[in-house]
Amino acid sequence: MRNALLAVVWGSASLMLALDGDVGIHDPSTVVVAGGKFYTYGTGGTSLVSDDGWTWRKGTALPLRQLAPDVIHIGDRFYLYTAANSGQTKADVSMIWTRSLDPGSPDYKWSAPVVVASSDGIEDANAIDPGMLLDPTDGRLWLTYGSYFGYIRLVEMDPKTGKRLHPSEVPRNIAINSEASVMIYHDDWYYLLVTHGSCCRGADSGYNIRVGRSKKVTGPFVDNIGVDMIQGGGKLFVGSGGRVIGPGHFGLLDLGDAVQKFSLHYEADLDRGGASVLDIRPLLWKDGWPVAGENVKEGTYQIESLRTGTVLELAVEGVPVGGRRTGRGGGRGAAGAEGGRGGLFAGTGDVIPPQDPAVVSTAWPKGNLDMRMGNYMSQVQQKWTITPVTGSGGYPGSPYFKITIAGTDRTLAATGEGELVVVSAFNASPEQLWRLDQLADGSWRITPKAGPNSKEPLSLSAVGSSFATLARFDPASEKQRWILKAP
Amino acid sequence: MRTFKRDASFLVVVLAAVAVLLVNALSGGAAAVPASTLSPPKTADLKPGPDGFIRRWLVLEPIAATGLTESIVQAAVRKGPFANEPSAIPRDEEKVNVESAQLTWHALDTSNYNLNLFHFARSLDKNTSNVLFWVVTVVHAPREMRDVRLAIGSNAASVWWVNGQEAIGIYGDRQTVIDDGVSKRLTLKKGPNVIQAAVVNGGGATDFCARILDSNDKPLTDFVVNLRP
Repeated sequence: MRNALLAVVWGSASLMLALDGDVGIHDPSTVVVAGGKFYTYGTGGTSLVSDDGWTWRKGTALPLRQLAPDVIHIGDRFYLYTAANSGQTKADVSMIWTRSLDPGSPDYKWSAPVVVASSDGIEDANAIDPGMLLDPTDGRLWLTYGSYFGYIRLVEMDPKTGKRLHPSEVPRNIAINSEASVMIYHDDWYYLLVTHGSCCRGADSGYNIRVGRSKKVTGPFVDNIGVDMIQGGGKLFVGSGGRVIGPGHFGLLDLGDAVQKFSLHYEADLDRGGASVLDIRPLLWKDGWPVAGENVKEGTYQIESLRTGTVLELAVEGVPVGGRRTGRGGGRGAAGAEGGRGGLFAGTGDVIPPQDPAVVSTAWPKGNLDMRMGNYMSQVQQKWTITPVTGSGGYPGSPYFKITIAGTDRTLAATGEGELVVVSAFNASPEQLWRLDQLADGSWRITPKAGPNSKEPLSLSAVGSSFATLARFDPASEKQRWILKAP
Repeated sequence: MRTFKRDASFLVVVLAAVAVLLVNALSGGAAAVPASTLSPPKTADLKPGPDGFIRRWLVLEPIAATGLTESIVQAAVRKGPFANEPSAIPRDEEKVNVESAQLTWHALDTSNYNLNLFHFARSLDKNTSNVLFWVVTVVHAPREMRDVRLAIGSNAASVWWVNGQEAIGIYGDRQTVIDDGVSKRLTLKKGPNVIQAAVVNGGGATDFCARILDSNDKPLTDFVVNLRP
């Protein structure tokens, strides 16, 4: 069932929007949330910061201007790992830490660098591109590193200091022919995400992110067709698409409540002159494998409850498409399915056009209207246009959206009582702005930016088969999961 | 006279230093490092690995080459040592003249599924970037094998021939992926079958792998490689 659901939503929901603001970066680290802000760091000691994960601006440069950092928050410290080459494959991974990422904080002070991993220029490795995992099952800390010269390697770190736990430990080889490695843990599996292909060639970059998995943090990591990543295996996670080329450098952004996203960069955003830019997208899971989701795009949809199969609709009397039947002999016209014989099931013989919102809506009462759910009948009051709103902020990966009956100004809004209403016109108030987060199974959580007087975030929720309300999001329930389908 | 001898000695030293600098500039420039994954063959025949990867090759020292697009790579391979003898089999340590450079063929066994050309070139203190490597092997089939396919991967671009016929080419900057390029159906004749390839590297690591798949896309393992016909 869930596999079929993913197939439906992928075929229906449209492609992603780019992030807002200044998003130029190369090889971004995992995005870290601290003090209500989002931080990421890139090659050359660059940094980006955002108040909401949608609009970004340049941050304070790092004291170490090296390659492809990663960041991890453990206890009261933020550990940053980065690397530099001193020969073709001779390199060092260094660690610095701080108690705050906010340059305005008195705790913002980076430590002196400590080398934690190296390659000597002869061995089969190039010690760059560090990636960090704090194992949620046992609290152990792991560093992966490496690039195309030789192996991706794994060593254990001390979570109390960020340094090597056993400095003389021989690194384990876990993958080859890749770089930008990082591990994540999900449902009893360890996943090794790496980047394959070529970087740094703008629109000619072949960068793509691939994944293998293991039941043990030490591997072996095997892809979905059984090829070990030590032999260059890896299931494709995300490649180029649309107007963006060369995705690389995966970073997990777990927002809680089973909402996961990932950060990455594209070697070339064609809408930004081919610049290397940051993006944040939904992280889905299918058959035990991570799948790159796509942020919702402007379009007209039917919004269907995963639980009930009924769709959101304005609470008005609907009119069948093509008009009501006038007798037993069928609809307009006498033509039937076969040579004009007519009959109840023969159809009209002509194409029945979609309803015109401008015509249908004249019969609706003015002012605020209720909404409900019903079987989808391709009628005007059941089709919703989701439109990004500029200048009203956003959330990781997307701006806020307005949701209106297609072809009209009737706008979905939250009420102070945690219910839903459709108002006659959009005015950009927080109750009329909606956040759509894609969940692991491809369905969507739909949440107003603010419900008046609400003290906790509430999400669109089916109640029964025929009504919807706002309720506290329960990741285990299907009531708050919605499918966006092309109408 | 004494002055002349002193001046001549000094000149010899200077010329020798210049020669060393020139050699370094033309070669890899880094100190030679033994290839940890490559060794000379110790037996006449070698079976493929358990996953069917061919592990014995004749490899020619690298030739300067720039560009990884299809047109550039195809133009480069037309000038190769096999231009007039498409199924020729060189010998270990045979020397050939290519574009006014004398290069040597090396017979090598790899301990991995792939042959690491970066290791190879570095072990000879040769350039590893912007170079083309010619490689040859001879697959001895126990019987005629129809509807098989050559499956290859390379870093970066490569063109492959089987018994003198071009079988597959992959282009652009890429890393080695198992079965990245797979040929149309081929027939291996009973006995020796010559497989040649030209692998072109831009920058960074460089290697390749090759195996033969049967009609069910399963790797063949019932053949041997012997570098003589």
